[in-house]
Amino acid sequence: MRGPSIAHIVLVIAVLATVPLLTASNVVLNFLTMALLIALVGQGWNVLGGYGGQYSFGHAAFFGTGAYVTAILQVRYGINAWLGFVLGIAAGALVGAAIGALTFRSGLKGSYFALVTLAFAEVLRILASVAPITGAGVGLLLALDLRPQAFQFQSRAPFYWIALALVAVSLVIARLIEQSRFGAWLVAVRENEDAAKAVGVDTARVKLAAMTISAAITAAGGGFYVQYFLFIDSGIAYGPWISVEALLAPIVGGVGTVFGPLLGALVVKTLGELTKLVTGHAPGLDLVIYGGVLVLVIAFAPHGIVGLLADLRARLARLKSLVLERVHG
Amino acid sequence: MLSPVILVAAVLNGLLTGAVYGLVALGLTLIYGVLHIINFAHGALLTAALFAAFFAHRLLGLDPYLAAVVLTPLFFALGYCLQRFVISPAAHGEDRNILLVTLGLALLIENALLYAFGADTRTLNLDYAFDVVDLGIVFLAVPRVVAFGVVLAVAVVLWLILTLTDTGKAIRAVAKEKLGAQLSGIDVAHIYAVTFGLGTACLAIAACLLIPTYYVNPHVGNAFVLVAFTIVVLGGMGSVPGALLGGLFIGVVESLSGLYLGESLGQIGIFVMFILVLLLRPRGLFGERA
Repeated sequence: MRGPSIAHIVLVIAVLATVPLLTASNVVLNFLTMALLIALVGQGWNVLGGYGGQYSFGHAAFFGTGAYVTAILQVRYGINAWLGFVLGIAAGALVGAAIGALTFRSGLKGSYFALVTLAFAEVLRILASVAPITGAGVGLLLALDLRPQAFQFQSRAPFYWIALALVAVSLVIARLIEQSRFGAWLVAVRENEDAAKAVGVDTARVKLAAMTISAAITAAGGGFYVQYFLFIDSGIAYGPWISVEALLAPIVGGVGTVFGPLLGALVVKTLGELTKLVTGHAPGLDLVIYGGVLVLVIAFAPHGIVGLLADLRARLARLKSLVLERVHG
Repeated sequence: MLSPVILVAAVLNGLLTGAVYGLVALGLTLIYGVLHIINFAHGALLTAALFAAFFAHRLLGLDPYLAAVVLTPLFFALGYCLQRFVISPAAHGEDRNILLVTLGLALLIENALLYAFGADTRTLNLDYAFDVVDLGIVFLAVPRVVAFGVVLAVAVVLWLILTLTDTGKAIRAVAKEKLGAQLSGIDVAHIYAVTFGLGTACLAIAACLLIPTYYVNPHVGNAFVLVAFTIVVLGGMGSVPGALLGGLFIGVVESLSGLYLGESLGQIGIFVMFILVLLLRPRGLFGERA
């Protein structure tokens, strides 16, 4: 399957970049920034789950590590926010590599992999909820310092553009993986791991590399979250909510595709907001919708929105050739 | 050093809690053993059962032990329908999809309960909730002792169903060799759904045993589900005696680590054990070779 080109990515990002020029509404920018954050985290999941077929239920482990390292370095050690952000990504990658090394070496896959990633995220959540360095149950509050050098801004627009830039990088990474030999190995692992191994793919190493990249992208989402909200606690950082959103976006959008996570994040977040609009503040209802969407998408559109669009295009092409046949025949 | 009396009390209480864990794990392992799927909705279904037992008493005045008689067939039917009409058609026979469909169901059920009843924690005030039996050195809560006995009885009944009835034999046949079972005329889709129903029925019984001494809120199932996963992995995926023994073992581990590490860190003991077992011996202690 031929994926989208770099030109497609540039076009999409360019269009999205104009939004803050058209509206100054904090509501719109806030909504889109959150959607971009989920698109970023979802792309992280997609690299491992979508291309590699390793479904993680615990991407919170990487999101939370990125968030906490970014925050702790600033609050406890006075390190610059941008440097903290980069180190947070590195720490997330490290955690991904460590969990990957342990699980893949033991040959865990499928349901076992999902379970063990979930358990790792939970262990980190409990540790963060008692350790003094993470602020234990209270959480960590970043000091207000509204300067670009401190990764804090007066208005929403710069945050939006930074989130967009991060998403752009993640799209390019996905596209590079898709077109590379490494990506072919990864897809081979997804489709049939034993066969991939038989033809000489070092499957454990391929999975480990994918998990490290995946964790780094997701950790960037965590670091961004902290700078945006200036607060983190163990429930937000390592809670199941982010693990669910991370997998929901690519699955709804189209698993193992470049634009799937972005499309999925926009659709899922829109659905969530619409529910809130219709029902007012109703705790749980947005997650009811997410759960229903997850079941429905898998039942009726297992290739997500991207799959539906491809279907539609194929159908239109068939219709066109049929019409042309009639006209000329 | 803690006195031996406290230690004995902790171990006995751990065994009582562990029995109910075992029952929850029994449902999970049964489903895994036959359908080879991990049911992520197990915890949410347990929460639903706890709410059902709670409201059966609050609204209808049904004693939890009586409610079990009604709720068990009801949850069997619920489980049967979920597998037959939702999970199986939605998953298109792919393991990854089953994982996601049951995750979706878990979100749906748990948050529908949150939406309907709010995040409040509810408890029943039953007059026998605080009755104790005196063993000379320790006191044990009567409802928990009853729960222990009922779990053992349920395990025996389940074992009898699996070994003596035609449906039980069909279940075991499907678990061993799906295609062969199908060729000899067994309706595999039906057997899958029956198994899922049995697994869900275990939850209804567990809920009725828990509710006299426990509480219910929309997230209560989560506390059980990872424990149940740990037990299932420890006991060997699909092994019924493994689930029971694993349950008792984990109950004691939790009780002791709670004693030594405190409430919130005590939970970690279970997760760490879970990860270690998965990494070092994914077949479990009693599991058969994959």
